Amino acid sequence: MGGMTVIVKTITRLIAGFIFLYGVYIVLHGHLTPGGGFAGGVIIAAAFILLILSFGTLEMKERVSYAFGSLLESIGGLMFILVAAFGLLLGSYFFLNFIPKGTPLRLVSAGIIPLANIAIGIKVGAGLFSIFLALGASKYIMKE
Amino acid sequence: MVELYLLLIAMLGAAVVAIEIKDLLAAAVSMGIVGFSVAIMFILVQAPDLAIVQIVVEVLTVVYFAAVILRTTHIDSTIGVKPQYLPTIVYFVFGTLFLIIALYALRDLPRFGFPIMKVASFYINNGLTQTGAANVVASIILDYRGYDTLGEAVVLFTSVLGVLTIMRRLGKKE
Amino acid sequence: MIPLIACIILFLVGLYGVVAKRNLIKIALGFCLMEYAVNLFFAFIGFKKDCLAPIVTQLSAPKNFVDPIPQALVLTAIVIGLGTTAVMLALALRIYGKYKTFDIGEIRRLKG
Repeated sequence: MGGMTVIVKTITRLIAGFIFLYGVYIVLHGHLTPGGGFAGGVIIAAAFILLILSFGTLEMKERVSYAFGSLLESIGGLMFILVAAFGLLLGSYFFLNFIPKGTPLRLVSAGIIPLANIAIGIKVGAGLFSIFLALGASKYIMKE
Repeated sequence: MVELYLLLIAMLGAAVVAIEIKDLLAAAVSMGIVGFSVAIMFILVQAPDLAIVQIVVEVLTVVYFAAVILRTTHIDSTIGVKPQYLPTIVYFVFGTLFLIIALYALRDLPRFGFPIMKVASFYINNGLTQTGAANVVASIILDYRGYDTLGEAVVLFTSVLGVLTIMRRLGKKE
Repeated sequence: MIPLIACIILFLVGLYGVVAKRNLIKIALGFCLMEYAVNLFFAFIGFKKDCLAPIVTQLSAPKNFVDPIPQALVLTAIVIGLGTTAVMLALALRIYGKYKTFDIGEIRRLKG
């Protein structure tokens, strides 16, 4: 599918970075403000979908691919399981909160919760972006 | 609570329009109206986490529907063809029975606005000291009930795998 | 009680779309409506009158919060609903590529 007009392309160039930054902010502050890994991950996916929609698939063909999206999603899932299984290595139960809790209401606090949020944010963002590539921009030819 | 009832009426109207209308792209936009009303109602019942997730997920749902509809066809070609009466009649009989039994069952729930919070009071009182997180919902889904989040991660992985497998290119290999 | 009944009516409207419609996209829309209705029902169950959102802002404030457990259950369910919708749309796209129509009556007759 083709791209959009010049106005949309200019605004997208200015704004896509800020949308990505907003998604990262919601993921990182998941233990202090509403949001968390799921909301931030979907916003990150939305930033990349905006780039594909406004520039068209022909221009993005050499920059994005299915393989990179699947790789990132698998890395996110593995990171979540490693963070959770670390408790087993320390001789206690699964999902043990092994990092000290720190003072409340600060950014660096609450044990493993920020790490788990980052892992889920990467996983959800990459997964939903791969789904959009398959549904909207795949090379599946309609007339066979 | 007047705005809650107005939003409920708007949501039901948009849902009926989305199912009955002939143009498929207009049905996707009505779906967006339903999702948006659900997100505002999440704010009105004091659930900001859910409101953020619902807004962005509803936008992505409309984008997915539009991506599929724009690749195929705009028009629903089944309206006006010879209608079948048997599924509609069976549906209305079942729907009436379901609604009557649900009205009896809803009487046993606690009143709307006065929940019994036995386990939740433990999570609220001890959440900050035991986990260190100020967001009680985040401490529930990632510390007290982390297995459910692991299950959700597996389900999302499976759905991405399913979509990529269904849409792969079938080539002829010699 | 009235918001809960409205959620059940929304669920029944979605069920009508699944059972009695013949277009694949309308069936997918019906499934999506059913998911929204169930999530909204859970959020209504957890509401407590005149209470605040479950986020601690000051360490010494009294804690009158709404019920946080239904919110934790629905948070993952919303994203899973998106995954289910995506799989249904992928199936619909593939069926259109082969049969050139979304009508399930025609597809039953053509049979590959």
